[in-house]
Amino acid sequence: MIGQSPLRTVIAHVVLILGILIVAFPIYYTFVASTQTLQTILRPPLPLLPGDQFWNNYTEALFGGVGRIGGVSVGRLLLNTTVMALGIAVGKIFISILSAYAIVFFRFPLRMTFFWLIFITLMLPVEVRILPTYKVMVDLGMIDTYAGLIIPLIASATATLLFRQFFMTIPGELVEAARVDGAGPWRFFFDILLPLSRTNIAALFVILFIYGWTQYLWPLLVTNSSNMNTIVIALRKMVSFADADTQWHLVMVTAMLAIVPPILVVVLMQRWFVRGLVDSEK
Amino acid sequence: MVPPASSPRSGSVTPRVVFPNKVLPYLLVAPQLAITLVFFYWPAGQAFYQSMLRQDPFGLRTKFVWFANFRKVLADPAYLNSIKVTVVFSLATAIVAMCVALLLAVMAEKVVRGKGLYRTLLIWPYAVAPAIAGMLWLFLFNPSIGSLAYMLRSFGIAWDPLLNGTHAMILLVSAAAWKQISYNFLFFVAGLQAVPKALIEAAAMDGAGETKRFWTIVFPLLAPTTFFLLVVNTVYALFDTFGIVHAVTGGGPGKTTETLVYKVYNDGFVNLILGDSAAQSVILMIIVISLTAIQFRYVERKVHYG
Repeated sequence: MIGQSPLRTVIAHVVLILGILIVAFPIYYTFVASTQTLQTILRPPLPLLPGDQFWNNYTEALFGGVGRIGGVSVGRLLLNTTVMALGIAVGKIFISILSAYAIVFFRFPLRMTFFWLIFITLMLPVEVRILPTYKVMVDLGMIDTYAGLIIPLIASATATLLFRQFFMTIPGELVEAARVDGAGPWRFFFDILLPLSRTNIAALFVILFIYGWTQYLWPLLVTNSSNMNTIVIALRKMVSFADADTQWHLVMVTAMLAIVPPILVVVLMQRWFVRGLVDSEK
Repeated sequence: MVPPASSPRSGSVTPRVVFPNKVLPYLLVAPQLAITLVFFYWPAGQAFYQSMLRQDPFGLRTKFVWFANFRKVLADPAYLNSIKVTVVFSLATAIVAMCVALLLAVMAEKVVRGKGLYRTLLIWPYAVAPAIAGMLWLFLFNPSIGSLAYMLRSFGIAWDPLLNGTHAMILLVSAAAWKQISYNFLFFVAGLQAVPKALIEAAAMDGAGETKRFWTIVFPLLAPTTFFLLVVNTVYALFDTFGIVHAVTGGGPGKTTETLVYKVYNDGFVNLILGDSAAQSVILMIIVISLTAIQFRYVERKVHYG
């Protein structure tokens, strides 16, 4: 280790603290705004410290306030978003682990064709096929349903590639041993493969949960009824900078409720998060 | 869009031992394949087909026009403008997000105490939805109630992102880059840790100062990470930032922030010009395919290096 002058260490700390301030500021200020009265928010600049309206604003937003503006309660929005995020995370992991299992541990005609069909979906994000996909959704009657919010997003080349990569590191001897001991494919899958994949599944789960929670274009397309909106979409509908009637204190509470759950997931499951992020890129 | 994973070519060693079942593997891939065909290939095929059709204004008759829609789109000043907007926005976002992240990562490498805490405090914007990031920045910087806009005005800057296109673009880039810093930071930290310490020590013994060591040794060795992040950030700025544009500016003021993805959405979904929108979709597909191809060519090298 090369010695480093104390001055440079101090500079490093200062730069990092400045960086953290910039990174944290928008979220901190949202929190501050969510604890002020509407009148205070409307007269900038906003104080740098939280106000005394925390209790009032949060109870108002949670019990009816947001419903008055958006026509749907915060509880319902959080439920929709949670169902969507969990559905996408679990669904993607479920179908990807199955297809990776098939592709690595079985030999069958069209195996590589299937693999490439899954792989190429990487190049077809929703953004490049907005209208025709919307039409499929209408034809299948999936507008304004949980299935519509979840199923079309759970095909995953990323997750399939990740599991495939991991399965290929599992030694053939292990499969052989399992077969000698009379374990069929299901037994092998549940008793050996799944336990070995635990860390991969956890890491992927964190990334996919956040992916699902932060979706925007898709819920915008497939939900018309406010009852099926996710919290991000609802927030967008509540905000109007032209309109003097925007209830900013409630908007800010809703914003906090929309960003805190995924932030908690990232911070509390940081180890898995970092791993999932780096793994899905390797 | 979840960032793409490793290349299908890497690690071609497969276990020789496999299960002999004939039907089971098809059942295992069936769910994924069904979703892929119904929600990916069929719509993508439709986009290709519609990109060569043109409807009369009443939607009564459709005509097959080969590449006329493409010629029309590519000659349309609004589309060319949107290409320019997209290039400026993507490059600015990628460069800002990467420079800030690299600076922070280099600093984080230097400190011993508090490293974990710094990392925790730097990574959480990753969890904020792009659209919300945009709204928060607009809340801070909107001319009527934004506290930071108020500050800018008190410095004498006539700040108004709702009327001034350049200001709107600065706001979008800030919000988009802000959200991406955490991601780049983690990758730069990983890249920096992979730089062999012996090289740096040798250079130090030869009398190279810290700045010189960074630019002649560390930065060139980081090149694979940097290039990889450049591609990932461009893809992010192209596609994942639809929410920011939609929530913050809606493409305005006057089309100054209308990115390609926003235009596809707007032409197809709001203005209902089907043929044009489909042709734009196909152009976007070509862009994604090229970027993905570039990414996988270089990801291989990254693995060899890392």
